[in-house]
Amino acid sequence: MEFNILSLIYLLASVTFIVGLKMLSHPTSARKGNAVAAAGMTLAIVGTIFLYNEDGETLGNYGWIFGGLAIGSVVGTLAARRVKMTAMPEMVSLFNGMGGACAALISIVEFDHLIHQPSLSQTFLFAGIEWPKEGLLLIILLGLIIGTVSFAGSMVAWGKLNGSLRDFSFRGQQAFNIGLLLLILGLATYMVVALPANAQLLFYVIFALSILYGLFFVFPIGGADMPVVISLLNSFTGVAAACGGFLYDNKVMLTGGILVGAAGTLLTILMCKAMNRSLTNVLIGAFGGNTAAVAGGIAQGSYKEISLSDAAVVMSYANKVMIVPGYGLAVAQAQHACHELEKLLAAKGVKVSYAIHPVAGRMPGHMNVLLAEADVSYEKLLEMEQANEAFPTTDVVLILGANDVVNPAAKSDPASPIYGMPILDVELAKHVIVNKRSMKPGYAGIENDLFFRPKTSMLFGDAKKVLQDLITEVKNS
Amino acid sequence: MTSVFNLIHEHQAIIYIVVLMIFVGIEVIGSVPSVLHTPLMSGANAIHGVVIIGAIIVMGKAEADNYLALALGFLAVVLGTLNVVGGFVVTDRMLEMFSKKKNPPKL
Repeated sequence: MEFNILSLIYLLASVTFIVGLKMLSHPTSARKGNAVAAAGMTLAIVGTIFLYNEDGETLGNYGWIFGGLAIGSVVGTLAARRVKMTAMPEMVSLFNGMGGACAALISIVEFDHLIHQPSLSQTFLFAGIEWPKEGLLLIILLGLIIGTVSFAGSMVAWGKLNGSLRDFSFRGQQAFNIGLLLLILGLATYMVVALPANAQLLFYVIFALSILYGLFFVFPIGGADMPVVISLLNSFTGVAAACGGFLYDNKVMLTGGILVGAAGTLLTILMCKAMNRSLTNVLIGAFGGNTAAVAGGIAQGSYKEISLSDAAVVMSYANKVMIVPGYGLAVAQAQHACHELEKLLAAKGVKVSYAIHPVAGRMPGHMNVLLAEADVSYEKLLEMEQANEAFPTTDVVLILGANDVVNPAAKSDPASPIYGMPILDVELAKHVIVNKRSMKPGYAGIENDLFFRPKTSMLFGDAKKVLQDLITEVKNS
Repeated sequence: MTSVFNLIHEHQAIIYIVVLMIFVGIEVIGSVPSVLHTPLMSGANAIHGVVIIGAIIVMGKAEADNYLALALGFLAVVLGTLNVVGGFVVTDRMLEMFSKKKNPPKL
């Protein structure tokens, strides 16, 4: 009876995941969607703890289970509450890695069970289902490999986003990676088909190689592409979770995992589309690989600076101002100051809007989240296509800490690593004011020709400081 | 080879779920505006935390003298919980900002 109730709970939870994900993809219902999915998850967890039984035996070790849940909840809540808005992508990557590690650990423990079974019969009773041994082994190995790669990759992505890891690649890395992957798959196949006596050793070799592959998979991919990688690893973890669902014949793990696996893959492709690149191009990509060719590519020209008061005057007397926020704005925590400047200019009759590149910031939609935090109204945020239509009638474009998303090399220079990425055509406007801390290149590590164009004036300084000074100047002018 | 076919036959229902869920997953987020990419990724991240259920089962089944299973199971529960709780809380924080702007505070 209890077990039947659990089936119902799992069904309910699966439905909440689907409904939650659906609601998450619409602005008005997104927050509710998240809550719905969370409620379903809570139900599934509580149900599993108290109602799960296998061959008439219920679960034990309640102390350990509740201890683990308590520690995880407290740490998870604190980390998620305290993290700064700018650091959120890292946080998501970190949590994703935890999920991958969790899936891998499950595989390790279940493999240990399997290997210590006294009987070596061909079929095997597991979680109430008759399994051929190969099938069981296959699922366990899949969970291990995918979970581990996701974990190791997410850790690298996390390190790269918080700046503690640099891009790293060596000659022939692609070949090395492909070789490594083939080796892992080969060993896994051999293990499943032949069931060798030294299976235990082989299992841990596969584990170690998977860690290595996860590291080398993400290491050469440039920081600017991290959002795509995180999204991809996110769907990996989904598949790893689904392997667990296969293993335990657990429908909620299966639905949740596959749902995220599929949705995550689509999301990854949508993000790539936003950058007008193919997934292969990102993964085997140009970034990191040919930076040497680019470094000497564009000759530095001369640029002109603009003073704060001039910038303030230009903007105050403009009809239309477009603000292009980038990661520099986020780092300086200047979104509130930015909103204030926008209100001030609007009060003077200037039409102000924001041009949001799909991959501005560190994750797609990251900039929207940051500006929303500062109460910027939704209608003022223009997506790239709308913004590009509006630039020809715009008087002043104020670029705040954005770089690669306005780099004309993406259109004109086939040798550039970002060639082909759609950009914001800020040059169509009458004036371009660029706020940057220095002339250092952006996240992708490439020079930006825009800064040397005649229409462009540079306004150096920390985005927050500059904006505050601009506010004062605009008030006085 | 036969065992593979047997496996598919034995697990028909599950395989149907997998195939249908792939379509559902794609369909459900097909029309997401780019504004919501980050929260959606984060929300999906929390949902695959459902792997915690596997961790709970591993932990709950571990014999009292199987230290490997106990230690790894415990670690898995902690990590899985981090994924679930952290994921949902972070997503909620992101979305909180969106909803704030939808209903501007009355002054």
